[in-house]
Parts: sequence; structure tokens; C-alpha cells
Amino acid sequence: MNRFDYARPATLAEAVTAGALPNAAYLASGTNLMDLMKGGVARPSLLVDIGRLPGLDRIELLEDGGARIGAMVRNADLAYHPAFARRFPAVAEALLSGASAQLRNAATTGGNLLQRTRCAYFYDTASACNKRDPGAGCDAVGGENRLHAILGFSAQCIATHPSDFCVPLTALDAVVELLGPQGPREVKLEDFHLLPGSTPERETVLEPGELITAVRLPAAAADFAAHARYVKIRERTSYAFAVVSAAACLRLQGGVVTQARIALGSVALKPWRARAAEAALCGQRADAAAFRQAAETALQDASPSGDNAFKIELARRVVVRALSLAASGTPARLPALPASAFSGEVAHA
Amino acid sequence: MPEITLAQGQAHIRMGSSIGQPLTRWEGVLKTTGTARFAADQHQAGMVYACLAVSSIARGRVTSLDVAAARAHPGVIEVMTPANAPALALHPDAKHHPFMFRLDLLQSDAVRFANQPIAVVIAQTLEAATEGAALLAPRYEEQPARTGLDSATPFTPPFIGAGSPGAESHGDIEAGFAAASVRIEVEYDTPAQYHNPMEPHAIVAAWDGDRLSIDTPSQGMAMAQQRIAGLFGISPENIHIRSPFLGGGFGCKGMISGPQILGIMAARLVGRPVKLVLRREQMFGPVGHRAPTRQTLHLGADADGQLTALIHHARTATSTFDDFIEPAANASHSLYASPAIRTTHDAVRIDTGTPLFMRAPGEAPGSAALESAIDEMALACGMDPLAFRLKNYADVAPMTGKPFSSKALRACYQQGGERFGWAARPTAPRQMRDANGMLVGWGMGTAVFPALMFPAQAAAVLRRDGSGVVEIGAHDMGQGAWTALAQIAADALGLDRAHLEFRSGSSDLPDAGIAGGSAHTASAGSAIHGAGADVIAKLAALAMGDEASPLFGAGNAGVIARGGRLHRRDDEARSETYGEILARAGLEEIAGRGAVAPDQAAQAAYAMQAHGAVFAEVTVDPDFGQIRVTRLVGAFAAGTVINPRMVRSQYLGGMIWGVSFALHEHAAMDKRSGRTMNANFAEYHVPVNADVPSIEAILVDEHDEHVNALGVKGVGEIGITGTVGAIANAVWHATGVRVRSFPITLEQVMGL
Ligand SMILES: Cc1cc2nc3c(=O)[nH]c(=O)nc-3n(C[C@H](O)[C@H](O)[C@H](O)COP(=O)(O)OP(=O)(O)OC[C@H]3O[C@@H](n4cnc5c(N)ncnc54)[C@H](O)[C@@H]3O)c2cc1C
Ligand code: SF4
Repeated sequence: MNRFDYARPATLAEAVTAGALPNAAYLASGTNLMDLMKGGVARPSLLVDIGRLPGLDRIELLEDGGARIGAMVRNADLAYHPAFARRFPAVAEALLSGASAQLRNAATTGGNLLQRTRCAYFYDTASACNKRDPGAGCDAVGGENRLHAILGFSAQCIATHPSDFCVPLTALDAVVELLGPQGPREVKLEDFHLLPGSTPERETVLEPGELITAVRLPAAAADFAAHARYVKIRERTSYAFAVVSAAACLRLQGGVVTQARIALGSVALKPWRARAAEAALCGQRADAAAFRQAAETALQDASPSGDNAFKIELARRVVVRALSLAASGTPARLPALPASAFSGEVAHA
Repeated sequence: MPEITLAQGQAHIRMGSSIGQPLTRWEGVLKTTGTARFAADQHQAGMVYACLAVSSIARGRVTSLDVAAARAHPGVIEVMTPANAPALALHPDAKHHPFMFRLDLLQSDAVRFANQPIAVVIAQTLEAATEGAALLAPRYEEQPARTGLDSATPFTPPFIGAGSPGAESHGDIEAGFAAASVRIEVEYDTPAQYHNPMEPHAIVAAWDGDRLSIDTPSQGMAMAQQRIAGLFGISPENIHIRSPFLGGGFGCKGMISGPQILGIMAARLVGRPVKLVLRREQMFGPVGHRAPTRQTLHLGADADGQLTALIHHARTATSTFDDFIEPAANASHSLYASPAIRTTHDAVRIDTGTPLFMRAPGEAPGSAALESAIDEMALACGMDPLAFRLKNYADVAPMTGKPFSSKALRACYQQGGERFGWAARPTAPRQMRDANGMLVGWGMGTAVFPALMFPAQAAAVLRRDGSGVVEIGAHDMGQGAWTALAQIAADALGLDRAHLEFRSGSSDLPDAGIAGGSAHTASAGSAIHGAGADVIAKLAALAMGDEASPLFGAGNAGVIARGGRLHRRDDEARSETYGEILARAGLEEIAGRGAVAPDQAAQAAYAMQAHGAVFAEVTVDPDFGQIRVTRLVGAFAAGTVINPRMVRSQYLGGMIWGVSFALHEHAAMDKRSGRTMNANFAEYHVPVNADVPSIEAILVDEHDEHVNALGVKGVGEIGITGTVGAIANAVWHATGVRVRSFPITLEQVMGL
């Protein structure tokens, strides 16, 4: 690991000033950043520890029915917040399907949004990677790319964003609150991450020094609480990144869909909102045929970026399953294996 | 406790004995509280830290290293490269016997596999050493890497595994196939896998003149001493290895590895104690692995489902510079009664580190393919897989016709099958669903592992105060060897466990042989048993020749040692304590030794192996192909059980590794660069708790008069065998899809 300076600002203003210094990085819990530093992928010269900034660790359930989640709220604390989980069950389910209990106890809201791709070539500094080293090329193309993107990729980068948390957040129109040297601003989470295009090194709309202070869920997001699920396919029963995942949130009236929210995870370099599929579903009876049709629509632009053609059909089926589960209603208790195909069983939580 | 008569040898009696008790590990509290000190926890005054720099190419040479940049980094003391590495007494590529594996010790700038050590940076802190290694920024002259089983012309190795012939056959294969009414030919692939004990290889090395003291995890301290002695040109007695705990070994700590030797060289170079610990990703290359295989099985059976011929061919890979040939096809030697069996191997040389012994070497991949093929053959014959296995049950060893020293496999099938509920299994696939509509399948496999034994020695002392000491340089890999061997020692000395001091885990104690081949309890345990018998015999001789002893003249009747007393065998009321005997003889203590080696006559007469039957239930999501092993039941017979808790935990661990092999574990190698792209625990998947919701091991009773004095067979590796096939067969039974490539992944069964 390179030598670096360490700062622990006491106020948000100090933090953004320090964070705007050249080659500075914010340190939340470090579950991703420390791995990247140990591997030489990230080599910041200044770590700005945001762990003790006041106010960032609050979960606020807003009067209007929405919620505001501070950037330093731990994934586990959020998922196990009973009132939050009642309003936004798909978010809690997604959080609990991620990583391991130990990691969730540490991982933060802001850190989860900004975790880097799991593309092996990005982590391997001996490989060519346009994201790490613009213009160097992309060794994932033609390499081990079974889990890479099927949507929104480019010739320059075929990686995915691996977050679970972000998938229902995107479906539910979450908003990211930022504070930068120029002051505060807000960005919709759907617009927060960038597709790679020809600049895969640009991952988000964050400007230098900008800090995530909170993520907000609008009041309307809670209207889906009765029909909101997250489904995650993974290569072992727990503690694995998604092969493909989907969040589905519905409002139903007499068996007919009046509103639908669908987002997919691990299919593109950003959590993927399937707006056309949502539109197609509105006014339809909530049945298998409509769900399959929505899934076809959601994946209509998908194509393999390598040895991953199976992910396209898998993604369709995951969308169908998520919609079916959502239609049959959010369970009263979170399943023992959240978001799992095997959640019917009572096993290890 | 030994029962000594002068006329006969010792026999074993078990009443009230320590053997058979389910004791917990004596070091359990140390480990769960973090107070057990593993090699990497050791610290010495003046100690500095070393970090390996490893190659990112698989083939070529290093053309430059920025040594100046590394040296300039604050805290860096020295950079060891081929230019300044201490001279060795033996070339790292010298190979004087098959167990001397070639090492990469900075002997040249050549690179022959990815992650090969190319330099070592030594610094005041771990952080400085690590950053120094990164600053070396090597440049290479790279040649195209040869990767995979098709990248070179195969050769036929004369010897495989630990030295067995590469091709063996028995019976008339052509006649066997001519007599067959059902034939199948199937090909199975297994991937490269890397040993990844929680504890990576670590060493703290300190020189004092030409004396060397090291803390390092080892499954074979005496062999390591010899190897180090040869390399540094010093006497093995000058080397003291301490290895009280291993955080797992699985074969990769059997032979001392190149990186451990580099730690010793670094200590010599800087003249200070050095600590070197491998990073997780450095475990993927220089410390061995399980080679990939492609296996072809060709089976013939008659109309009754009796095998008539079996050919098992395994293609594997070894490195370009050394030979270790995964003996996969030999799995077909020992289980099924076919009048004709032929096993053959070939291999390609690729740009990889040399593969090595990895838990159930040969048996694991071989059993995966064989047990799957047997299932396919049962189906082709229209038979239930268990009925087919019973039909082809081998009453004598299939290749040699030797009787088995013992074989309780029928009981394993019976007890395991009953516990699992096998009788209710429909023969056709895709017949069972659970309440959520998931596909459910049942499969089984037979487990087998040879009962081996290596030469070993032990020393025993009885003291006048009634206590005893047993010393043996045994290896506790976490399997509980300290505990189980101490149980044997307590019985051997006729002492309660509390009065026994058991010393182990250090190279200055008698050589316990290698902890490998599932043979450690048999080898070290027999040596301890012998040492106990020896010291008790000496003590008994003192007493029986002493008129003042109640045992005087016991002679032919003999004595029994129990609870710190010798009793007359024909009148147990006549007894006295060890202390009394020693006191009268004016002795403070009395010592004995045990030395054992495999019994050649017994080995010539009998086939010796442990057996088991594994039953698996899998649940498969019909849309996603995601697989979960919802139930595993294994029934194993392996002779005397020294400690049922430890034995069960070995079986469970083995079966869980079987889950890993069947569904998860594989090195994702980039075919272009030869680098392993998932060299970390986030992406190199092994099962987690949620993958093993229900697992049971049944300890099937078995007595073996021939394997060794204790009747002990090995339990460490057998659990993997059988399990992989059982899971693959269950996946077929659930889905109707036969996957012939491991690990089985969801896209293979999701029905695209
Ligand atoms: C083994 C493993 C398995 C995992 N599995 C999953 C999984 O299944 N699903 C899943 O979703 N995730 C998974 N993760 C990822 C995990 O969720 C993230 O590592 C975690 O959320 C990061 O949070 P952190 O607080 O540790 O962030 P850090 O590591 O501290 O930071 C990550 C990045 O975000 C930046 N950052 C952090 N906070 C802010 C802020 N407030 N403003 C601006 N920048 C900020 C940092 O500078 C850094 O670049 C896994 C991680 C590991 C190591
Ligand atoms: S896919 Fe993207 S992250 Fe991966 S190597 Fe290519 S450019 Fe880098």
C-alpha cells in the first residue's frame, strides 16, 4: 500500500475542503477502498475519514412517508430498522442479500453506491483496463467475462456495477444528496452512475470533492410496500455478488397493475431501470403472460459482451420471478434467506 | 492400554480407555480466544518483514526491476533478487528423488508460471515491504503462455501421484467389451483448484551462525528439515522447526514451499530474523494446486448389470519444469468388480506452478468422474444406482484379487441409505418437487480411500511421581491430532489423560512422519502405541523380577497397565503404582521408544482401504438453475475410531469440500495470460454455511486386525470422494441434465 496522509475532519465543510484536494479519497468503512489500496488499484495520497462527521449516521423517516438515509448509515442498521423495512421492504431485502453479516455491519450507504465494479481485470493491475488506466484497453473483452454486462456496455468497458442496495433504490426513484465545494445539490440515483461509453473512468456525476451526505426515498416509494420484492441469483446460497438481480415493485387494483417499478442489477455499469417494461405492464392483469412480456421488453436491447449470453435469458426469468413474487404480496417477515431462490426454507438467516 | 504378556504380543482392550472418547480439542479455547500463536503471530527481537514480489506473466523472463525505487522507499532494508540472493548448497532445480520438488528461489530471471516469486523486499514494517514490492514495477520479455489441457502435445508419464505406475490393467478388456450388452463412453472435466487454508504459508526465520530456528506451519517437519539442510548445506540437526498449529494444510504444507525457503534466505541476507507471510493471491501459484483433468470412462456391462470392462483414462497437466501427475484414473482400481480394468494417464506441460498433493489427490477428481459414470451406467442398465453398485460390489480387490483387511461398505450403503430414505427414490429424473415448486433430486456415490501408514517414531517416559510424558513431532493441522494422539498416548501408558504430558509440534521430537495420505493417526498413533508398550514392558520387567513386588513372578500370566498401576493379569487385585516400582528400583523415570513402519507382510496379503457411501439431496430452481445441496448423509467405515468428534468433523469437512468441488471451486484462469483471475476469497468460491443446511456423518463400526496395531484407517480425505459424484448425480436426478464438467454451474442446468 502506498503511503498516504490521513485526515479526520470535524465538520462537513472541512471534509469537502479536504476531499477536493488532489488525489484525496473519502474513507467510509473501507470495505472496498482498503481492498483496492492493498491491491494497488487505488493509491490515494490523502484519506479523508468521514466516519465521525456529525449527522451522517441518521435514518430519518419523513412525515410525508419518505425516508432520508445518512451516508454513514451501516447497511445492517438500515435493513434491520423495523419502520424503514416496513415502508421499503425490497430495499431491506436487497441489503440483507448482499455480502456477509460482518461486511453489512460495516458497509455504509455512501460506500455501497460508490463501490467499484468486481471486474477481475480492474482489480488486477497487470491487466489492461480502460477504467483504471484510460486508453490502456480492456482485457475483459475476450477474457473471463461470464458475469459481465449485457446492457449499456461499450467496446471500451463491459463491466457491471455490483450493488444490490442500489437496485430497489433506483426502482423507487431515490435521490442522492451531495455536498461539494460549490455547495449542496441533488441527483436522481438513476442518473448518478454513468454508462461507460468511451470514458469508463468516469463512473458517476460526482465532481471532485463532492461528498454523498444522504440518500432520500420519496413518499411515493412507500406506496409499493405491499408488493415489493428483490430477487438475486448467485453462485452460492449466500455471500456472493449477484449474477443477475431484479427489484419489482407493484401497485395493484383488482388484479390489474396500476403502477410498476422494475430495476435490474449486475447487468450494466449502473443499476438498470427498466422504464419501458414498467410502462408496458401498467393496465395489464398481473399474470405470467404480462410478466413475461415485461421481461422481454426489459431485455430487448440486451446482447452478450462475452461468454455471458445466458445472463440475458436468466435476467428475463429473474424479472418474471420478481414480478410474480411482488404480485403475490410482500411477506410479513423477511425470508430467512433474503432475495434467494431458496427463501421458502427456514434455514440460516 | 497395552496388555503385556511375555509370550504374546500386545492386544488392545478398550474398556475404560481414553480411545473412543469424544474429547474436545485441547487447544480449542486457545483458538477460539485468539491466544493460539500461529507462525505468523510469532515475533522475535530485531525481526523485520519480507514481502514477495511475484511475476504477472506466466512465461518469459524478467528484464528489469526498479530496485532503486524500492530501496528508496522509507523503511526498506534490502531487495533480494537473483543478483544478490544468498548462494545455496543445492540448486533449486536439483531433483534427487521424486519427492524433491523443484523450487523457485531466485535462481535466474526466468519466469515459468504466473505468481512465481521474482524478488523479495525486506523492510522494517510489513507496509513498507509491501509497498517496496509494488515499486519494483517489473518489466518482462514475455512469451505466449501455454494454458489448458489442449495447449501442448501430451506425453505418457511412467509414474503418477506418489510413484504409482501411470498405466495399469487387469483382465482382458477386449473380451470384456465383447461380452457387454450395454456400453457407455463419457468424458468428464474437472478444473484446477488451489489449496486455500485460512492460514497462508508463513515463516519466521532466525539464523544463529549455521543454526536455524523457524516457526512455520508444516505437515512434515522431518522432511522439511532435510530439504532445508540440503539447500543451505547445514546439518538437519541444526534446524529447529516449531509448528504447533496449522491453520489448515490440505497438502500444500506437506513439502516446504519455495516462499518459505525465500523467508529463510531473506533472513540470511539481512542477518536478522525475518517474517514472511503469503498474501492470499500468492497462494495461487508457488505452493501447489490440484491440476485440471479430462477423464474418459468407457464401461461395459452385461444384461444383468454386471460390469464386464472398465477403461478409465485421465489427461492432466503438470508444469514445464517438474512432474506431479494427478493420479485420477486410479480411482477405478478399488471399488467395482469388473473382470477387466484398465487405467491410463497422459499429461501436458503448461505454464503453471507445479501441481501437488491436494486433499484426496487423484481420488477426488477420479471419484467425481467414476461415480458419475457409474450412475450413467446404472441408468443405461435400467437399474437403481445403489442396486447397481451392490451388483458390482467387490468382495476382493478388483485389480489384484487380494482380500480386504476389512470392508464394511455394505453396512455403509445400508445405514446411509436408510438414514437418507433412499428406498423412496423414483428411478426417473424430474419426478420430485418441494413445496415451492423447486426440482428435487437424490444421488449417491461410493467413497473410498487407501489406508496408508508411514514410518514414525515416538518416545515415552514414566516418572516416579506417577506422571508420564509422550513425545512425538506430530502435526496438528486443525484436525485434532494433538487431542487424538494424546488419547492414544494415555492408553499406551495406562495413565489418565490428566497425568500425561503430551509434547508435539516441534522438530526436535521424534519424527512422526508426514501428516498426509490420511495416515497420520495410523502412523504417529502406532508409534506412540509402540513407545507405550516398550516403556510398560520395561517397567513390568522391573516389577516382575523384584521379590518385593506383588507382581513378582507374574511371568507368563503378564500384567495390565491401567490408571497408573500395573495389575497381574490373572489376579487384578494384585497391583502397584508405577511410582512404587520405580522408587524401589531407585529410578526417577524409565523411558521407552516406539518405531513403526508399514507391515510388509500384511500389505502383501491384504488390500487396505476405508469405505463410505454418500447420499445427497439437491434442490434446483427450475428457472434459474441455481443449485443447493439441501441434505447430505455420509456413512463411513474406517476401522477404529480414536475420537468420534474429530472423526465426524473430518467427514463433514470432507463432504463440504465435496460440495465445493461439485458446485463452486475452480480457478478462473485467463487463457491468454495464464493468470488466475479469481485469486481471492470473494470470487474463489467455497461453500458457506447456507450452502450446507443439513449434513450428517454416520460412523459405521469396523474392526481391522491387519492395518496396524490400533486398527486405525484414515478419515481425513475420504469425505470428498463419493460426495462430488453423489451431488452431480442428484443434479441429474433433479433436472434430467447430465453435466459432465465441474463445477456444475447454473447455466448448464437452467434449460436454455
Ligand atoms: C467480499 C465482499 C463481498 C461483497 N458482496 C456484496 C454484495 O453481495 N452486494 C453488494 O451490494 N455489495 C457487496 N459488497 C460491497 C460492499 O457492499 C461495499 O464494499 C460497501 O458497501 C462499501 O461501503 P464502505 O463504507 O466500506 O465504503 P468504502 O470502502 O469506505 O468506500 C467505497 C468508495 O466510496 C467512496 N465513498 C464512501 N462514502 C462516501 C461518501 N459519503 N461520499 C463520497 N464518497 C464516498 C470511497 O471514497 C470509496 O471510493 C461486498 C464487498 C466485499 C468485500
Ligand atoms: S470491463 Fe471495464 S473494468 Fe473490466 S477491464 Fe474492461 S475496462 Fe476495465
